[in-house]
Amino acid sequence: MLGRPLLRFVRKDTHINFMRGRFVGLATSAVLSLASLILFFHPGLTLGLDFRGGIIVEAKTNGPADFGKIRAALTAHDIKTEGVQAFGGPDDVLIRIGANEGINTNTVVDNVRHAITEAQPGATIIRADAVGASVSAELLRNGLLALGISLLMILAYIWFRFEWEFALSAVITLVLDLTKAVGFLVVTHFEFDLVMVAALLTVLGYSTNDKVVVYDRVRENLRRYRTMPLRELLDLSINETLSRTLGTSSTVFLAALPLAIFGGASLSGFAWVMLFGIVVGTSSSIFIAAPLLLLLGEKRLRRDTRPAVKKEV
Amino acid sequence: MMYYSRIKLLSVAAVCLLGALFCLPNFVRKPNISMPWPQIHLGLDLRGGSYLLMQVDLSSLTHDRLQSLSDGMKQSLINDGLGYKNVQVDADKGEISFLPRDPSEKDRDLKSLANLPQAVPNEFAVTSRDDGAIVLTLSAAAVRVRAHDAVSQAIEIVRRRIDATGAVDPQITRQGEDRIVVELPGISDPERIKALLGTTAKMTFRLVDELPAGTVIAPPGDTLLPQADHPDSTLAVRNHVDVDGAALTNAGATTDDQTGGWAVSFSLDSVGTRAFGEVTQANVGRRFAIVLDNKVIEAPVIRSAITGGSGIITGNFDAHQATDLALLLRAGALPVPLAVVEERSIGPSLGADSIRAGAISLGVGLLLVIVFMALFYGRFGWYANIALFANLMLMLAVLSLFGATLTLPGMAGMLLTLGMAVDANILIIERIREELKRGRTPLAAMQAGFERATATVLDSNATAFLAHVMLFVFGTGPVRGFALTITIGIATTLFSTLLLSRMLMVRWYAVARPSTLPV
Repeated sequence: MLGRPLLRFVRKDTHINFMRGRFVGLATSAVLSLASLILFFHPGLTLGLDFRGGIIVEAKTNGPADFGKIRAALTAHDIKTEGVQAFGGPDDVLIRIGANEGINTNTVVDNVRHAITEAQPGATIIRADAVGASVSAELLRNGLLALGISLLMILAYIWFRFEWEFALSAVITLVLDLTKAVGFLVVTHFEFDLVMVAALLTVLGYSTNDKVVVYDRVRENLRRYRTMPLRELLDLSINETLSRTLGTSSTVFLAALPLAIFGGASLSGFAWVMLFGIVVGTSSSIFIAAPLLLLLGEKRLRRDTRPAVKKEV
Repeated sequence: MMYYSRIKLLSVAAVCLLGALFCLPNFVRKPNISMPWPQIHLGLDLRGGSYLLMQVDLSSLTHDRLQSLSDGMKQSLINDGLGYKNVQVDADKGEISFLPRDPSEKDRDLKSLANLPQAVPNEFAVTSRDDGAIVLTLSAAAVRVRAHDAVSQAIEIVRRRIDATGAVDPQITRQGEDRIVVELPGISDPERIKALLGTTAKMTFRLVDELPAGTVIAPPGDTLLPQADHPDSTLAVRNHVDVDGAALTNAGATTDDQTGGWAVSFSLDSVGTRAFGEVTQANVGRRFAIVLDNKVIEAPVIRSAITGGSGIITGNFDAHQATDLALLLRAGALPVPLAVVEERSIGPSLGADSIRAGAISLGVGLLLVIVFMALFYGRFGWYANIALFANLMLMLAVLSLFGATLTLPGMAGMLLTLGMAVDANILIIERIREELKRGRTPLAAMQAGFERATATVLDSNATAFLAHVMLFVFGTGPVRGFALTITIGIATTLFSTLLLSRMLMVRWYAVARPSTLPV
């Protein structure tokens, strides 16, 4: 283990013709993204407390929870809940109260506390979150703003460092990645909250990183092989960076995996989205970003169509 | 590229040592001598506690100011022998309009109002409208200044009130124009504090007019106010404030000698004492109301002049209420009402669980990455692992120096940074492999690998950096912690990979002079 590496991802002479599958890749991606988009409108994201507003109280009762008693106590305090449910162990109770313009977050949380301790003496409140309607709208706006501005800045940066064809195909790919992640959220019923926005942004950052590495090689090869057709050149660049792409994806995947398993309720959703995003982001660098670049840049990036003469610089 | 000057080697080593030194305080108990001990603060989600986001009701501020301006305006017109009709106060637009008694008086009206005292220069403008009305308009800038001052003052009062409860290490900060964030570590049931902050605690002493039973309309100059003990019954209290709560110098919970119940004692400053003496002397036999936030707490009959400048309030208090009222009176009234719009309370057990979950994930994740790098990249992979360790240390050190707050998402950010950090090493090692494949000598391959990979590393990190700066700007709470750790992590990653691990590889090459590279 101290000397030569024991394992290797790809053989030294790997050359996979990725570009041959470009239409299959683009079509699969388009279908998945379209399906995600449909899922986004129906049934839609499960909005978390941050964006929906309302109240969530988590309590641990002394011994098994008596839900009937708790419900009765809540009703006695004139609290309308969206649900009193079990989660985790038999002594864990989760109470949800919907957002309501007239709701007074000031006192409802306190009343819930009182109701629980009355119904189940010795119960402890593990967590109590209350988000007012005005705040939740603002948090949602800021979250979406962060996503949007990040995309724009990535576009600007790649444009500045590369050519516009690179920037555009990267951002289109990122948007496709993002829609799939949203579809994943809908299917898995993970709650969409601020932490999920952070997860999406991290996926975005990671996916961009991956594309930049491939593009960087494309740019280098454009200079190195002045006459190679773009299609061949893209294939060559992807193959050259394949080992690195798989290596880095693996390390990030391995780092996120324990979060998904041991991270507890608040982080596992975040981590699963990360894991999903790593897989999607890595494959989209190969199957989406590069074919898009071929489509956008075939005429522009490589106008020179003299017969290919390989010339090492 | 393949040679490092002594000074460069030493400075990289020095940075690593400093990193080790500065992250040490997080793991070692502070010695019993006074010295700086920079530590990472644990966020509320890890240590337990409450986060309260308070909304400042600024509309009441404009409304109050317009009301007093309107009073001043009427006074000024009357003093100059002028009249007015149809006075309208519009708090939304921030203006008062009225019609002159006679259109011919318009110019004199304008002249009279030109001398109205302004709280700040250009606070309001007096103009005449086409329909003949005269309009006083508060300037937006003046409203902003007033709002800003009110929020600052409110923060000060909030701090005084919270400090008085004995809360440990509370953080009170302004957020945006009209929000105040209150963070209370260790307090997972903030009910009492919410009650204290939700009370404006504006106290006034005002005379009561006795009305015939059954009167439902207050006579001019009076307002019907409910009684604290009997919300259904009202008293006609004069609008004129004889003594304001601002004149209080002290207040405390005490017991009433006569009834044995709880009461609040207070003492007034010299101005308040004089005013109190004069009013009580002139109005023996009448009732004097103690009004708190538009509720009459009590309205005792004045038996004799009170000139000592102190007294007691005997509402129907229990010990808690008396203590809290005294606290509120001591801390002073809030200039604007506050309302809790967001509350997050985390019990200590959940915080401890989260720390454990974060630590286990961090440990397992780190281990997986280290094993992976060793298996797939051999000797150079181990150098990357050393750099990874240095990276973690530096990240902790920078977070400690900033006095940053570590949240659960922040711990996730740390782990992801470590996963991403080896990317730079992978890029370099893969590049060296390729260059070898192209037939270069080990030395040339390493040189080319470093050179070519550096640009790629910078580009790929720059984009991730941008995304997380955005998250920091637009995020709140724990998410900001996540963005902060990743942003710091990107900086330390660049150091640990571009300088440290590369230096290790170069030093190894210089010493071992291998004929082939272990890639």
